[in-house]
Amino acid sequence: MNLVLGGIAWILDPANMNGPSGWIARLLEQLGYTFGAVAIAAIVAIPLGYAVGHTGRGRDIAVAFSGGLRALPSLGVLILFGFALGIGFKAPMLTLVILAIPPLLAGAYAGFEAVDRRTIDAARAVGMTELQVVGKVEVPLGLPLLIGGVRSSVLQVVATATLAGYIGGGALGTFIFQGAATRNYDMMLGASILVTALALVLEGIFALLQKLVVPRGVVATGQQNVRARSSRSRAVMGSPIQEGK
Amino acid sequence: MKWLESNLDLVWELVLAHIGLSVPPILIGFLVSIPIGWLANRYRPSRGVILVVLGLLYTVPSIPLFIFMPIFLGTPLLSPVNVVVALTIYAVALMVRTAADGLASVDDDTLLAASAMGYSGWQRFWRVELPLSGPVLLSGLRVVSASTVSLATLGVIIGVQSLGYLFTNGFQRNIPAEVVTGIVATLVIAVVFDLLLVLIGRLLLPWSTPDRRRKATRRTTPALVAGGVS
Repeated sequence: MNLVLGGIAWILDPANMNGPSGWIARLLEQLGYTFGAVAIAAIVAIPLGYAVGHTGRGRDIAVAFSGGLRALPSLGVLILFGFALGIGFKAPMLTLVILAIPPLLAGAYAGFEAVDRRTIDAARAVGMTELQVVGKVEVPLGLPLLIGGVRSSVLQVVATATLAGYIGGGALGTFIFQGAATRNYDMMLGASILVTALALVLEGIFALLQKLVVPRGVVATGQQNVRARSSRSRAVMGSPIQEGK
Repeated sequence: MKWLESNLDLVWELVLAHIGLSVPPILIGFLVSIPIGWLANRYRPSRGVILVVLGLLYTVPSIPLFIFMPIFLGTPLLSPVNVVVALTIYAVALMVRTAADGLASVDDDTLLAASAMGYSGWQRFWRVELPLSGPVLLSGLRVVSASTVSLATLGVIIGVQSLGYLFTNGFQRNIPAEVVTGIVATLVIAVVFDLLLVLIGRLLLPWSTPDRRRKATRRTTPALVAGGVS
């Protein structure tokens, strides 16, 4: 129990809290990495995922790609990029972007695939153009699964952003590596508590968001009816917890 | 390549250490999550509670989890036990949902038929439910295996020997070849584990795998399949 108190005392000490190398600044860096990497990854992955989901082409490649990346050790990738790009924020950012892509891609195409084929046929039958089918039917109905992808992507990135400290990229991991080097368990524990708290808060926010983005029409007619079954086999995307990290 | 040639012994030793760190979590995780998954399905309120608790456990990032372990286990910070237990927690958190889904995926009619034939609950579980949920369990186990092998590299941060050592040592000594060796070796272990799991799956669940054979049967003996389940 004394160990825990040491960690909490470290967090509460104003000397560790403020200033450019205090934990508040480091926490903001961690958030910056998280949202920066997820935003960049989203620009790449979401249109690609939508294209896969809409046309049904390239799904096997997307699945294999997501699965293969799971086994890639992020620390090794980070250090390799560190050699190429030097120390600083670039190498961690690039590593995190790569890490953020698979869940986003899976969320985007699984969202499209989950839409009942009859709903899409109906949309075409009432004269919607292909673009309208995508924009007015598939995107809104696929939104909950896409947010699920964003959620697991954020969760994975916020955890891994801790590694940035290893190559001088800042963020909360700085304290963990510094603590490990100087045998300062309080510092390691304090930073660990902060990283965990940050991850839990983000997870909570996204869980809430995921509930809020279900389109009103879907709620009104009962979620089961509109998107319960798809005639296409569903992608093995898994809920946010099933993604590796 | 030159680096690898002169350090083969070190790499081999680390590969063995890495396998030693990752096999127990995968096996224990699998064995523990089946009863928990069963429990999650058995009682209505337990499902939500179990899945939420495990979801939160999975949310705890890996490096902090390694660092928290000594508090719960009373182990020294540098003990490999910390890494094994932390990875087991992740394995369970990942696997229970799959186990619950897998067990729930068995057709109710099949279960009723088994009961009608006189299977006791215990026999029915071992002879009907477990084998029929096998393919789903296997897919979950493959995910667990890949992520465990990859996460075990992070043990090096708290000083536990694994292939991650090649990353940190390579970084400190500025040898990219060493880091690349570490990444490739980790991927090779992950692929070998995956192939082993698929192989075990083929042996234990021969009915679930090749689609090709089923198609071939259909083509040669259409009469046999015509009335069957399509």
